[in-house]
Amino acid sequence: MANLKNVTKKTKAQAMGMHTEVLTGRTQQKFFNPDEAENFYYFGTYDVDFNKRTDLDVKDMSAAEANKEIDHLMSQGFGSIVIKNPQGKHSLGVGILNKLNLIFEGSLGYFGIGSCDGPIVRINGRVGWSCAENLMAGKVVIEKNAGSCFGAAIRGGDLICKGSVGARTGIDMKGGTIIIGGDAGAFTGFMMQRGRIIILGNVGINLGDSMYDGTIFVGGEIGSYGSDAVDAELTKSDQDWLKRKLKVAEIGENFDVSKMKKIVAGKKLWNYDNLEPTEKKGAI
Amino acid sequence: MCGIAGLIHRGKSSKVGYELQGMLQALKHRGEDSTGYALYGDTDGKNFIMRFKVGENVGEGSSSVAEDVSVYDERKKIVDSYLSDMGAKIVKEERILPYSLRYEIQYEKKDLLEFSQKIESIPGVEILSMGKSLEVIKDLGNAKIVCDRYNLDKVVGTHAIGHARMATESGVDIKSAHPFWGYPFSDVSVVHNGQLTNYWNNRRALENKGMRFMSECDSELIAVYLAEKMRDGASLEEGMKESLSGLDGVFTYFVATKDSLGMAKDTMAAKPLVLYESDDLVAMGSEEIAIRSILPQEIDTYDPFDGEVKVWQI
Repeated sequence: MANLKNVTKKTKAQAMGMHTEVLTGRTQQKFFNPDEAENFYYFGTYDVDFNKRTDLDVKDMSAAEANKEIDHLMSQGFGSIVIKNPQGKHSLGVGILNKLNLIFEGSLGYFGIGSCDGPIVRINGRVGWSCAENLMAGKVVIEKNAGSCFGAAIRGGDLICKGSVGARTGIDMKGGTIIIGGDAGAFTGFMMQRGRIIILGNVGINLGDSMYDGTIFVGGEIGSYGSDAVDAELTKSDQDWLKRKLKVAEIGENFDVSKMKKIVAGKKLWNYDNLEPTEKKGAI
Repeated sequence: MCGIAGLIHRGKSSKVGYELQGMLQALKHRGEDSTGYALYGDTDGKNFIMRFKVGENVGEGSSSVAEDVSVYDERKKIVDSYLSDMGAKIVKEERILPYSLRYEIQYEKKDLLEFSQKIESIPGVEILSMGKSLEVIKDLGNAKIVCDRYNLDKVVGTHAIGHARMATESGVDIKSAHPFWGYPFSDVSVVHNGQLTNYWNNRRALENKGMRFMSECDSELIAVYLAEKMRDGASLEEGMKESLSGLDGVFTYFVATKDSLGMAKDTMAAKPLVLYESDDLVAMGSEEIAIRSILPQEIDTYDPFDGEVKVWQI
């Protein structure tokens, strides 16, 4: 073991396995300095009018063509876009960084609604793997079922599936809320780091395996707990929050939240209290 | 990566060759080194249909060594001779390609182990399938190329499974292509997407029991594993359930028999599968777009959960 008495502060921290990095990079200054807020510009965003509505039939389009057309429509000010005939295509509705009402009349394939920040999306079908991956803000509602890795690495927003979802829901999530009306598969909340997952039905094996932080609420049976996942007391404020969320999510409004189980991380991890950049943005 | 697809019509027949071609072609971005079909056609059930190859396709990026066509002719003659020796009568013979043949055979014995061992003792000869309904057709290229090459779009039957392959751990050749026949079981075939990590342990154990392996493709193990379980008296579903603990790794696989189609997903659900189920049709594939190729209208589909095994009858 390193001799902690004879090393400088910086190397001492490093010897203990920690770091003393201060986030002072250009990105931090540009996006999170309140003095520069008036100069803030979010590349790739548009001012849209929710009352300006149009349809887009993507039956004969590739995913790239469809996404370009959505971008073009937003640049024209359309704030409500209805996508017809998505027919399970992959990667539709990705990279939308502004407010938008986006409605899919059908099902999506893999990686739908990826890397979005702000849109309100409704999918009147099912979604494949990795829906809404990296969602920063907004609301995504899926009327039917969803595949695995639902809401992987989301940092904010509400992600709602009224049906059942596959394995690894909320894997690596760093914020936001995922709400599942049906059942969820194995490894739900795997390595989740922040945020909340609500499952009204049953959940598979290894729930919350290796979770750092965050909270999982389960209404049904749990297949098994993963490493580091433990039960916690369901408080009155938890129940109030659950009722509010389920109402907003248009799902399980009459569900008896008092009987839900609350699962949290059993270990407190070192050096894990720094705010995420999105949380800093919210604080400003 | 690889893509798999399967469908079963319940209570009726359909153009399963054409339908499976559409499903596999929709998955071609998951791999088009080779494509294979296991088609369960409508037959009178009297004769065996033996699909076999006497050589490899050495074009289109194949990892096989070129051989003269005269070598194929010589092997075919020996096959014919061995069939005669074993009392198997060739009722109909088709040579679709120089290296690929289809025989209809009258053969009375039920145990095909001895039969298969005899035929495959000829170097370069491999039985792709043996059954009274099953026909395995596999070759290099995407689904459309293979379908056109073997005229599969007109095949009428009840069910089918198929595979679009991206070669990763074994060669680009027909012997490594899926589906695999459940040697030596009549009418059993398997396709698989995933990776098995206890392949060699299982292979050694099965080889000690007399089972044969033609490739080093881990997917072949599943077919032989299930065939061996069924040979020991297990039902298809029982064998599949045992495979969840007997096979280590990540996998989704389909297995088909003369009158049924099954799927199994590993306990970590690491490999994709989307499933559509109605009273008269079950269709499934690695991605929803495979199902959409035959059912473009809005339908309800779902992902089976971890460790799930399902079997449907025609």
